[in-house]
Amino acid sequence: MTTRPVTRLRARTLAGGIAVLLATMLMAVLIGAAELGWQRVLAEIWAQLVGGTSPLSEREAAILWQLRVPRVLLAGAVGAALAMSGAAFQGVFRNPLADPFLLGAAAGAGMAATIVVVFAPALTLWAASALPVAAFAGAVGGVALSWLLSTSYGGVSPTTLLLAGVAVSAFLTAVQTFVQQLNADTIRQVYNWMLGGLAITGWADFVSVIPYIGAAAVVLMVCARLLDVLSLGDAEAASLGVNPGRLRLLLISAASLATAAAVSVSGLIGFVGIIVPHFIRLTVGASYRVIVPLSVLGGASFLIVADQIARTAMPGELPIGVVTAFAGAPFFIIVLRRNAEKLW
Amino acid sequence: MVSPVVELRNVRAGYRDRLVLDGVSLTVSAGEWLAVIGPNGAGKSTLVKAMLGLTRLGGEVLIRGRDRRTLPAREAARIIGYAPQQPAIPGGLTVTDYVLLGRTPHLGLLARERSADQRVVADVLRRLDLDKLAARRLGTLSGGERQRAVLARALAQQADVLLLDEPTTGLDLGHAQALLDLVDRLRREDGTTVVSTLHDLTLAGQYADRVLLLDGGDTVAAGPPEEVLTPELLARHYDADVEVVTVAGRQVVIPVRTNGR
Repeated sequence: MTTRPVTRLRARTLAGGIAVLLATMLMAVLIGAAELGWQRVLAEIWAQLVGGTSPLSEREAAILWQLRVPRVLLAGAVGAALAMSGAAFQGVFRNPLADPFLLGAAAGAGMAATIVVVFAPALTLWAASALPVAAFAGAVGGVALSWLLSTSYGGVSPTTLLLAGVAVSAFLTAVQTFVQQLNADTIRQVYNWMLGGLAITGWADFVSVIPYIGAAAVVLMVCARLLDVLSLGDAEAASLGVNPGRLRLLLISAASLATAAAVSVSGLIGFVGIIVPHFIRLTVGASYRVIVPLSVLGGASFLIVADQIARTAMPGELPIGVVTAFAGAPFFIIVLRRNAEKLW
Repeated sequence: MVSPVVELRNVRAGYRDRLVLDGVSLTVSAGEWLAVIGPNGAGKSTLVKAMLGLTRLGGEVLIRGRDRRTLPAREAARIIGYAPQQPAIPGGLTVTDYVLLGRTPHLGLLARERSADQRVVADVLRRLDLDKLAARRLGTLSGGERQRAVLARALAQQADVLLLDEPTTGLDLGHAQALLDLVDRLRREDGTTVVSTLHDLTLAGQYADRVLLLDGGDTVAAGPPEEVLTPELLARHYDADVEVVTVAGRQVVIPVRTNGR
């Protein structure tokens, strides 16, 4: 592939990304644990869109529209959130290893989820389990704590914030482990949540997270060019008229909110936030104007496929985090070895 | 009389508990090349940061007569362009992508570059002989090409003042000369004002109209090169034994070994 002088999202690339996403969504809707038959599912979708009679029974239609479709959309939303947040964190910290959980989002969510599982398993909020709400609050709280601790001396340098995130994560994880060890009987439930997975809960989860993820996606896409400016370093960004501190706060808030929303419905799904943005960086280009929008599409496609494998590869379900790492790591290593010189 | 583009009045600047600049005053006139020299730790880089508004200040920094602190950042960025000593190089970006970032202060906060911006960049790339490298990723450039790309980014900013912090760092003699020749040519063609820190005194003598010698956070001498680059001043402030030779009207500073003979 020849490099063009200006890295921009070309219509063809964008159309390709959208086509891939639509194809994975369609595939995931057609194939599932319940044997509906792909021709009959297509006929049902056709009937819903255009009108006509559906071959599916009422129960089968419910499986399709209340279980399968919302789960596919949820997987897409979570994948998009994790991938675009990973891209944003890598840009904000100018660090290829940055991931969406860097600043204590994972540890905060883990601790809050464990506390709910152990002390208030029956707690409900708005007629739903309190666990997602707690995980969301924990994730936001973890990031906020890292930020506050690193600002105690005036400005925030990216390095200080990163180290504060490491310390906060270690501390919250210690609390989480301590609580978990004292209550060994719930260890399996906590562990299941940690490995990540998309529960089947109809449309409620999707509807509850999509405002956060959608808003964050808008902010990150609008700021994609400014992420490129940040990659020059703080002094140069300032000399170009950009306030790096304020921009960093905005981007971290948006990415953390999307991450927290994803964590609250899916647990901890690692790796998506690292490999999807890097895959795009390696194959399409290193400007965030390309990386951010394509991470949204690519992250969604990747997680839909991973969830598809998780729920159909074996009888019962694999944790989706296992699938993302098991399928993603070898694939990523191949791409990395071919393109390593382009990376950073 | 030409009003100064940049003026520092009794500027004190530093870090949390250490004052690095202790009351520096200077004026930079339109179109001149001012070289800031001084021994290690004299405050050269802090002076650059003060002009960029990156350090807490005592005293005043005036840009075109307006206070730096109340001047909107984007407006200031259209007046002063900056190339740091050790620029962060996003190695995956192409040269063109990188140079286009220099247009940031001319765009609306969230706007895209228009064709006019693309033209400015194409022009800068051609003048810096970078057009053949336009599609190359920064990570694949040599040191000299990279310095030129950084300069191109600062030029694409189309600021009145070019603030260069040790622009020849890491360049061999030929590339250092080529880069400074280029800056000088651009300066004459565009009427750009240049302020640069330079650790190489001979290069300062060859290129600058005026030299400012900093030591201990204070201006100890300022004037044309022949008045500042003298063996006495350099011995006092650099603790160095040098001879200064004038070749074709410009100063050459030669270190001389005086012990161990």
